[in-house]
Amino acid sequence: MAVTLPALPYAKNALAPHISEETLDFHHGKHHNAYVTNLNNLIKDSDLDSADLETIIKSVAGDPSKAGHFNNAAQVWNHTFYWNSMKPNGGGKPAGDLLKKIEADFGSYEEFAAQFKTAATTQFGSGWAWLVLEGGKLKVTKTGNADLPMVHGQKAILTIDVWEHAYYVDFRNRRPDYIATFLDHLVNWDFAAANLG
Amino acid sequence: MRFWILFSALVTAMTATAQFTQAPLPYSYSALEPYIDSQTMEIHYTKHHAGYISNLNKAVKGTPAEGLSLTALFSRMGEFPDVIRNNAGGHYNHDLFWSVLSPEKSDPSPELLSAVSSAFGNLDSLKKRMNEAGAKRFGSGWAWLSVDPNGKLVVSSTPNQDNPLMSVAEVKGIPVLGIDVWEHAYYLRYQNKRGDYLAAIWNVINWKEVSRRYAEALKK
Repeated sequence: MAVTLPALPYAKNALAPHISEETLDFHHGKHHNAYVTNLNNLIKDSDLDSADLETIIKSVAGDPSKAGHFNNAAQVWNHTFYWNSMKPNGGGKPAGDLLKKIEADFGSYEEFAAQFKTAATTQFGSGWAWLVLEGGKLKVTKTGNADLPMVHGQKAILTIDVWEHAYYVDFRNRRPDYIATFLDHLVNWDFAAANLG
Repeated sequence: MRFWILFSALVTAMTATAQFTQAPLPYSYSALEPYIDSQTMEIHYTKHHAGYISNLNKAVKGTPAEGLSLTALFSRMGEFPDVIRNNAGGHYNHDLFWSVLSPEKSDPSPELLSAVSSAFGNLDSLKKRMNEAGAKRFGSGWAWLSVDPNGKLVVSSTPNQDNPLMSVAEVKGIPVLGIDVWEHAYYLRYQNKRGDYLAAIWNVINWKEVSRRYAEALKK
């Protein structure tokens, strides 16, 4: 059993004009796909070959001799989670229990959004910003390269990819504009609410 | 020495000029076409590099880092916050990068070529080693050719905006050639194909400048 590339949960042009078809074509078809291919090559004929993605990630995390395994496995997981963190006509303020939880843990939606923007803007180099659940409380974090919440005792609720390949075609160097667009037009709060459970 | 530092700080405070400034690009934005496209060069120079300089000037202001040269900052990197490491590296690395690129063909000096031969076999092997270092760097970073503390040439790579001069670098040395493998360096023309960018960049390497830096590094 090998790891497979999940289909995008929407059409490649579904997030335009905010994220272009060209970006999704490369990001899903080349970057995400390459992580899947690299991982399958690495786990072939090993005891991880039949393991599920989360098991692979957790079993190689923190082992410098398995950095390639970790980077590719975590990037497969991160990208799938990122596609689901967005939807056409998404963004804006969430509603219901998720909003109440955000208000309880951050004070207000605006405070959450400010912290999320800061984390995503200041992640130096390649990486991710996250809304996570840790010890029953929501918080904003950032991780470098392939690093992800599940190896830090946190449950991922929502993510934004801030590797330059995620936004360079559409936004060039203007990462803050990409982050604002993500929050205003793309966030899939239904997915986040389902992760909150 | 102490007086000089105080004097420099005073002058800096009085004139309020920025400590770090951006040297002009030694060629036009389109000069490295088709290997590096004009739009990439313009954004890279006017936004990314300029951004590091502006952030660095802000970060050192009023701190113990103010007035120190880039090399002094690098040698004591552990004493300063990441914002200085990232932006000082970003400034130095890009400044070096522009200088080791050129639209004009040149050759390595006999001294550099001989050092390359003894360290790597030949120039093609060096290119192969550099391309591997750049391709294997996961995420953002740089591939380097440096003169190590024993005077030998060494290939390495660093994450983000680190460089071999930094006290935190795994492989230390004086860089003579650096290749930027941040995605912003190649994405508009090469997208996900970092290998194609690395293969193409050898068409615009300024070997005259790399040779000059090699001779300088040997003196230190």
